Amino acid sequence: MDMKANKKKLGLKEKYAHMTRGLDWQTTYQPMDKVFPQATFEGIKIHDWDKWEDPFRLTMDAYWKYQAEKERKLYAVLDAFAQNNGHLGITDARYLNAVKLFLTGISPLEYVAHRGFAAAGRNFPGVGPRVACLMQSIDEIRHAQTQIHALSNYNKFYEGFHAGAAHQIERIWYLSVPKSFFDDAFSAGPFEWMIAIGFSFEYVLTNLLFVPFMSGAAYNGDMATVTFGFSAQSDEARHMTLGLECIKFMLEQDPDNLPIVQKWIDKWAWRGIRVLTLVGMMMDYMLPKRVMSWKEAWEIYFEQNGGALFNDLAKYGIKVPDCITQCTVDKEHISHQAWCTFYQYAHASAFHTWLPNAEEMDWLSAKYPNTFDKYYRPRYEQWREMADKGERFYNNTLPMLCQVCQIPMVFTEPDDPSKICYRESDYNGEKYHTCSDGCKHIFDDEPEKYIQAWLPVHQIYQGNCWPEGTDPTAEGFDPMAKVLEWYHIENGKDNLDYEGSGDQANFAAWRGAATQNT
Amino acid sequence: MSTVFIAFQTNEDTRPIVESILADNPHAVLDEQPAMVKINAEGQLVIKRESIEERIGRNFDLQELQINLITLSGNIDEDDDQFTLAWKN
Repeated sequence: MDMKANKKKLGLKEKYAHMTRGLDWQTTYQPMDKVFPQATFEGIKIHDWDKWEDPFRLTMDAYWKYQAEKERKLYAVLDAFAQNNGHLGITDARYLNAVKLFLTGISPLEYVAHRGFAAAGRNFPGVGPRVACLMQSIDEIRHAQTQIHALSNYNKFYEGFHAGAAHQIERIWYLSVPKSFFDDAFSAGPFEWMIAIGFSFEYVLTNLLFVPFMSGAAYNGDMATVTFGFSAQSDEARHMTLGLECIKFMLEQDPDNLPIVQKWIDKWAWRGIRVLTLVGMMMDYMLPKRVMSWKEAWEIYFEQNGGALFNDLAKYGIKVPDCITQCTVDKEHISHQAWCTFYQYAHASAFHTWLPNAEEMDWLSAKYPNTFDKYYRPRYEQWREMADKGERFYNNTLPMLCQVCQIPMVFTEPDDPSKICYRESDYNGEKYHTCSDGCKHIFDDEPEKYIQAWLPVHQIYQGNCWPEGTDPTAEGFDPMAKVLEWYHIENGKDNLDYEGSGDQANFAAWRGAATQNT
Repeated sequence: MSTVFIAFQTNEDTRPIVESILADNPHAVLDEQPAMVKINAEGQLVIKRESIEERIGRNFDLQELQINLITLSGNIDEDDDQFTLAWKN
């Protein structure tokens, strides 16, 4: 006999109201502005925190339930991957260099995001954003841990994974780019953090990072990365929504908030796009099987989707960030300029590089008809010729870095792709250099912040990047070798060309052993 | 009119969800990518609990969508019976 149960459960909206808003209180021992001292100094005016909307209306009980299910799925796959030598199923071990870049450059950001959202949750007087930030903070530490755990499988077999996610982010020249991005956001106030990470990074740019990266991993047979990636990504929709709600809330609360929010959007869109240069390079050069070009991903996820978003925000008076004009030019250049840089500095990088082969260059010509054959193919052909003659080109001069994004000065003028772009500012009698109008603008707005930047090249020249006890006056002192030692890069193993590397030889031998009995 | 989208992992849990969405939103367009299925739609996209329950033969809580969700775009409105994504312009 069927028993019809009475519907006793609370609806989603009532449950959320009781379990978040209903648990808040006003402090009495201390005034609220002393309990939440960071809530006002940025100039953002909030009149009614109860107007905050959380469309997912997730409560902690539901959160634990769904997160636990995601973890069970993830670890089942990781076990299967390890038990079945899943690492031999990837298209080519060359692909793993993209994964090394992810582990050393992206996973540490997840950890900083965990700290940042915990701090933002602590500092918001409103209970709605506080609960949402708390969940995001727990998500982010889960992402850091599952990524490190999943990729530790590769560390059993391949070079360049041994330093993990913690050591190199503090030291290596190109990793200071993502690190400085998060340091910049974390050292701002809670509202700027939400626009920087919650809105600009999570909403506007995260699709460009995770969707092509994970689809690329799937396309290249990397089950471990796809699984942690999608497991992390399933939290991302909630993060994106938090970012969007936050910006709408700030704009609806007071008209005086608009110019502050607009300034932050302009700043963080540009900062984020600069960081994503690394992803562009990964998509165009590092995946043996490619999903789409950087330019195509940019057009779908930034131009179309970002366009829809900014149309929606136009009713509040928000304008599309100024940098868009330059980005439209840059989308046809940056991935090539970045890969050319890593090729020249492969001796100082914790992963391998290579020259694109003939078939790959044809793909690049087809995807970049306006730029590749004209500006970049000749460069690769020249380097190929030199390498074939035994004169593989390495650049031994350390480049000048941008004071804001910390990327070497490798980008070109928007109107002249044959000329390196740089800008100069004066502050307190010193000169500071930036890579673009966007970064110069950011520097000039807060010079006292950016003059403190820890720039890897400056630090190397100042003698701060050697192991403790190094004597630079000793006979035969080799500064580059000492820097690599301090980076925990094993010279000749982790760096240089993929061609001739241990990874290449081992992968070929193991894959052979997997299909034959001898 | 702007495009909204939602993307899920390609698996057995999401197959009936994707079928329901396509049935309830005739204007939606399916885009299958490696390991991922993305549904694009002009203006808005509605996901109905009842349609999913009809296909899976059990009760379904719309918050279960989060387990296999990859990304989405648009303003969200969710209650017990439906989940809506829309750009209102």
